[in-house]
Amino acid sequence: MADTPEPSDVETSGHDDVVDPGTAVERSNAPQNPGLAPEHQRVTDLDDKEAKGMERRISLFFLLSIVGSVFAAVAYVIFPIIPGDMGSVRMNNLTVGLGLSVALLGVGIGAVQWAKALMHGHELVEERHPTRGSEESRQAAVETFQQANKESGFTRRSLIRNTLFGALLAAPIPAVVLFRDLAPAEDPIELMKTTMWTEGVRLTRDPSGVPIRATDVTIGSAFHVVPDGWKDLEHGKLEEKAKAAVLLMRLPVDELNEDPAKTDWSYQGIVAYSKICTHVGCPVALYEQQTHHLLCPCHQSEFDVANHCEVIFGPAARPLPQLPITIDAEGYLVARSGFTEPVGPSFWERQL
Amino acid sequence: MPSSRSPRRSGRRHPLMGGLLLVIGLFVTGGTYAAASTGIAHAQDAPVSQEALVEEGEKLFLANCASCHGMNSEGSVAGPSLIGVGALSVDFQVGTGRMPMAASGPQAEVKPVQFTQPQIDAMAAWVASLAPGPGMPDPKYYAGDGDVANGAELFRINCAMCHNVAGAGGALTEGKYAPHLRDLQPIHVYGAMVTGPQNMPVFSDMNLTPEEKNDVITYLKYLDENPSVGGFSLGSLGPVSEGLFIWLIGLGGLIAVAVWLTARSN
Repeated sequence: MADTPEPSDVETSGHDDVVDPGTAVERSNAPQNPGLAPEHQRVTDLDDKEAKGMERRISLFFLLSIVGSVFAAVAYVIFPIIPGDMGSVRMNNLTVGLGLSVALLGVGIGAVQWAKALMHGHELVEERHPTRGSEESRQAAVETFQQANKESGFTRRSLIRNTLFGALLAAPIPAVVLFRDLAPAEDPIELMKTTMWTEGVRLTRDPSGVPIRATDVTIGSAFHVVPDGWKDLEHGKLEEKAKAAVLLMRLPVDELNEDPAKTDWSYQGIVAYSKICTHVGCPVALYEQQTHHLLCPCHQSEFDVANHCEVIFGPAARPLPQLPITIDAEGYLVARSGFTEPVGPSFWERQL
Repeated sequence: MPSSRSPRRSGRRHPLMGGLLLVIGLFVTGGTYAAASTGIAHAQDAPVSQEALVEEGEKLFLANCASCHGMNSEGSVAGPSLIGVGALSVDFQVGTGRMPMAASGPQAEVKPVQFTQPQIDAMAAWVASLAPGPGMPDPKYYAGDGDVANGAELFRINCAMCHNVAGAGGALTEGKYAPHLRDLQPIHVYGAMVTGPQNMPVFSDMNLTPEEKNDVITYLKYLDENPSVGGFSLGSLGPVSEGLFIWLIGLGGLIAVAVWLTARSN
């Protein structure tokens, strides 16, 4: 049984004794510090049998932990990872993980339960000590500084001091130059405005790079398209694809309602639109061939392909840019020109 | 006359001879008839059964499909024309239970198949007899023994945006959805790619070659046969189911542990 601390024992240094000179409030009914509540008596404090039972239960957690550790080691051996068999990887992960969880949780739960139910339960008050140093140590610190100044001549030899300041100020200058060069070497605005598509570039299949004939594109088809030459790029493939990816679809000609100014941008119902959403740049490729709707999976913007990809739902602000296409002498689909507006989401310098 | 008094009990006059002749006669007649009729059946198997199949298909069509698709499958306000859709389309739509539709709605739902395979084949034969269309492919193109890696890449580029990279399916607009692609019959996967059922785009052989389709089927087979190594995949639905799990179960569990840690032991 622990001693219950008396309220008077835990009251701190005479807070109530000092009369605040700035207040005229009657302090006779000021709240009194109630001190700590009497110690809470646990079942295990009152009943020895309960305490014994708790002891057994806590040791059971630790025993369980031992079993878990052994199980994890055994499981690693009896459920080996067989290369190429994903089921064996799963079995191995599952059994070893379960064993380790039981091992660690057993220790943790046992320890917490031990502390909560059996360890000494009385409450303690720990006073803070003052943070201000003693007068002597403060004085000693000042003297050390003064002596160091005197011995080094830091204030007396002003030439040395000032050139040192100058050197320290100059040291970060190389970093400014170095880090500035991490920015794109080319004009980023120009990069965002242009893609690999230019006049006469063939439309090719993603990822094989095989060019597409107009006759290959049956009604209802959707082709995922990259520009010819993309497959053979040495570097920057992802950057270029992220701008140049195109979805090619063929609609029945009578269902296609084209912009009168852009009637020659399609070929017999075959239309090509940028796959990059004008909202925040997700690939828009969920094409419904009967409704002719294109859905962006990220924020549910919906574009109507039959109606020059105007936005019919969602947060996108502009239609998807259309790639003007035609066929070359061999019947392959080619770009009539590059995109006539920047693809993808808006940026500050976007003019169109 | 001994012979007249006692008739010969041997040879063709034997009393049992009549019965024997009768039996032989019956056997010969029956055997000949049987041989002749099987011979006829063998000789005419292909043409007769094809015709019979088409005829059978037409009957099934008139009884089960014509109310929407029209008496001559010319289509009506309730259903599209089936002229030129091909046998493969019938095999997919009826073989997965999508057709006949239980009720009109945003899209035809998968349900228990309503016909036997021979009946489906008969209807497919009849629809195919109307106009040329995609026919049944060579089984080697849906055997699922292709290149898994190539199939996975083609799947990610052409299919994953709707059907989910793990084939778990996903939502489309206005109540439509892309169904899951787990544990399907390979021929139905092939049929869906070629015919573009409902709102799915068509992936004809000029877009994905039959070999590439087999690669895609191989990838789907790989998904079916190989469990998720990470354990419980929560339907492979990505952030929706995983977020729900971690917010409710994960965070709830942490809160419960925190409450237990700070609670007073009684």
